[in-house]
Amino acid sequence: MQQRSSATEITMGTPFNRRSFLKCALASGTALGAGELAAAAAPIASGAAAQNDAQFTVEARFYEKLESRKIRCKLCPRECIVGDKERGYCGVRENRDGTYYTLVHSRVCAAHVDPVEKKPLFHYLPGTTALSVATAGCNVNCKFCQNWEISQSRPEEIPAEYIPPHRAAEIARQYQCPTIAYTYSEPVVFAEYLMDTADAGHAAGVRSIVVSNGYMQHDSLMQAYGKMDAVKIDLKAYSDSFYAKVVTGQLKPVLESLVTLRKMNKWTEIVYLVIPTLNDDDAGFRGLSAWIKANLGPDVPLHFTQFHPEYLLKNLPITPVATLERAKAIADAAGLHYVYIGNVPGHPAQNTYCPQCRKMLVERVGFTASQLLIRKDSTCPQCRHTIPGIWHV
Amino acid sequence: MADVYNRSRRNFFTQCLASAVAWGTGAALGAPAQPAPGPKSRVVVARDPDLRGGSAAIDANRLEALLDRAMIALFGGAHAEESSKQSVLAAWRRIAGRDDKVGLKVNTLGGRGISTHVDLVAVVCDRLQQAGVPAANILVWDRDTEEMERGGFRIAIGGNRVQCYGTDRVGYEDDLSVWRSVGSRLSKNLARSSAVLINLPVLKDHDGAGVTIALKNMYGAIHNPNKYHPNGCDPYVADLNMLPEIRSRLKLVICDATTAMYEGGPAFKPEHSWNANSVIVSEDPVALDWTGWQMIERKRAEMGLKTLEAEKRAPHYIATAADSDHRLGHDQAGQIAVMEA
Repeated sequence: MQQRSSATEITMGTPFNRRSFLKCALASGTALGAGELAAAAAPIASGAAAQNDAQFTVEARFYEKLESRKIRCKLCPRECIVGDKERGYCGVRENRDGTYYTLVHSRVCAAHVDPVEKKPLFHYLPGTTALSVATAGCNVNCKFCQNWEISQSRPEEIPAEYIPPHRAAEIARQYQCPTIAYTYSEPVVFAEYLMDTADAGHAAGVRSIVVSNGYMQHDSLMQAYGKMDAVKIDLKAYSDSFYAKVVTGQLKPVLESLVTLRKMNKWTEIVYLVIPTLNDDDAGFRGLSAWIKANLGPDVPLHFTQFHPEYLLKNLPITPVATLERAKAIADAAGLHYVYIGNVPGHPAQNTYCPQCRKMLVERVGFTASQLLIRKDSTCPQCRHTIPGIWHV
Repeated sequence: MADVYNRSRRNFFTQCLASAVAWGTGAALGAPAQPAPGPKSRVVVARDPDLRGGSAAIDANRLEALLDRAMIALFGGAHAEESSKQSVLAAWRRIAGRDDKVGLKVNTLGGRGISTHVDLVAVVCDRLQQAGVPAANILVWDRDTEEMERGGFRIAIGGNRVQCYGTDRVGYEDDLSVWRSVGSRLSKNLARSSAVLINLPVLKDHDGAGVTIALKNMYGAIHNPNKYHPNGCDPYVADLNMLPEIRSRLKLVICDATTAMYEGGPAFKPEHSWNANSVIVSEDPVALDWTGWQMIERKRAEMGLKTLEAEKRAPHYIATAADSDHRLGHDQAGQIAVMEA
């Protein structure tokens, strides 16, 4: 499930310019909301408006030029054809006289130090933290988005901080985060920043992970996520119509991305947010599980997470735990080895068990890995079965 | 009221409240109900071939007269020939009065080349004040202040004068307004300062939507217009205009067709623009859009270009806005009375 960026307080110290950064870590949209401005007697330049756009504006890497100063974006399957002075669907890329620019390079609107379990990535450095960053924008429009205030806004509407790649790497080291996570909104749309930051991080000994919808073109996926150390993909449903109606996207390119990541040998985990009445049918769970096993193998972790009413789907209830357990039972029966239940604190299906001897190997309480028994060689201490993942720094 | 036709409007942003008070009672006389299709919609196309005289610049006095003619034709009915100042003010008093906060949504995306003309907005501001609206109750707005400046507007904030600034100065409402495919945060300029909304679009081609005139101009009132461009903006344009905050407040559309574009929009392309020397007014944004679309098609034919339908970018959102689910206005020739003025 997409994590809320506001769920965890930033605990960063003064070197981070904490005061200003708290303003931008707003995912809830309230930290420096326009509401404060509205109360003013006369309109003034807002924090967002006062940003220096030039420092965030960099030529995009994935597009081609067309006639009449138009461009075709090659970042995601949408392939927006964008006329001069217009933006793509994501709202963060703009055509200026026939050249396409990203407006969000180093334009960080949310940052937190999160447990990596919050992404969630359960088979990647459990018990560690990730400096988690986001910019505005998204290339889809999920009606259930938890972070719509930033993902569905244009960058100039959101207060942001200038954090160039090398600075992000410094901050990660400063806060003893072995990883930088690109998350909260949709990292596809800030691919250039992600790539440059991953390079800066690796040069400084900091890894990178991405939390993404996987709705990308093959080449951009290869280039951008090729720089990642692990990937979490939100597979929104195993249904074309759900993607069309609820996500405003397509299922097929996401499945293709998952296969590509597998071929790239990237550590990948999948999250499936279970939404009552929309994607909670047994046939969907069976189809999903069979597809994963056939195309990615049984060892890819699959997280069924609980929906909470948000954004444009406030009329639906929280997912019953029984529904999540039914989904897990179907996936287990299909032969998947690591099926988790998420957003249900204390549920035993948050833990990792050896698929061979059933010993509990990682115990999780909330977002904390309270016990890690997997050996340095990634095997079960009881039966020596290899447990796939990246377990130790 | 002798100076209605003589007063300079060059200083319209500094018009004082006192002058507005001098004009009549300010009470709105029979303010029209929210736009809904009656049996027939009236669209007035007022043209002046000599609007620019012999130069490239628009003659502000002729533009003023052009708008007055259009308003009388639209609201004067049988007495349209009585182009008296009383008729002009009576028309404006149907739109707004002393107690109204009036928002003028202009379009400045195209910069100086094709934005709502400042002189046209100046006439509207003058007439509203003469109809009794205090200057400070009038807000000229678009989405972005810098864009407005590039379009020729001088920013004015505070004081007893017409206000002029973009949504970036005040932001968007925190809560979403939702109607079917659209879920957006509305400009506070719309939500809080435009109890009466006058839509002042331009007339131009749009590479995705076909045309952008009145209905699509409201994309400049929301925080996420980029989400609503797929499928030629259909049904998004229509759904957006169904939001109560827009539908219930829109009283009048004044389309600036002094300069128009038949190809290459929405950015300004001088090679695809022409001096249409017209102002189009209507209470029905759908009928006005349909009329404007036909004007663009005629110009495209004149220039040897394919129809928008042939280019697979006809503005189908206009028909959607008129359908039984939306009923925002009329899009059939038989239901639209196009009047030349």
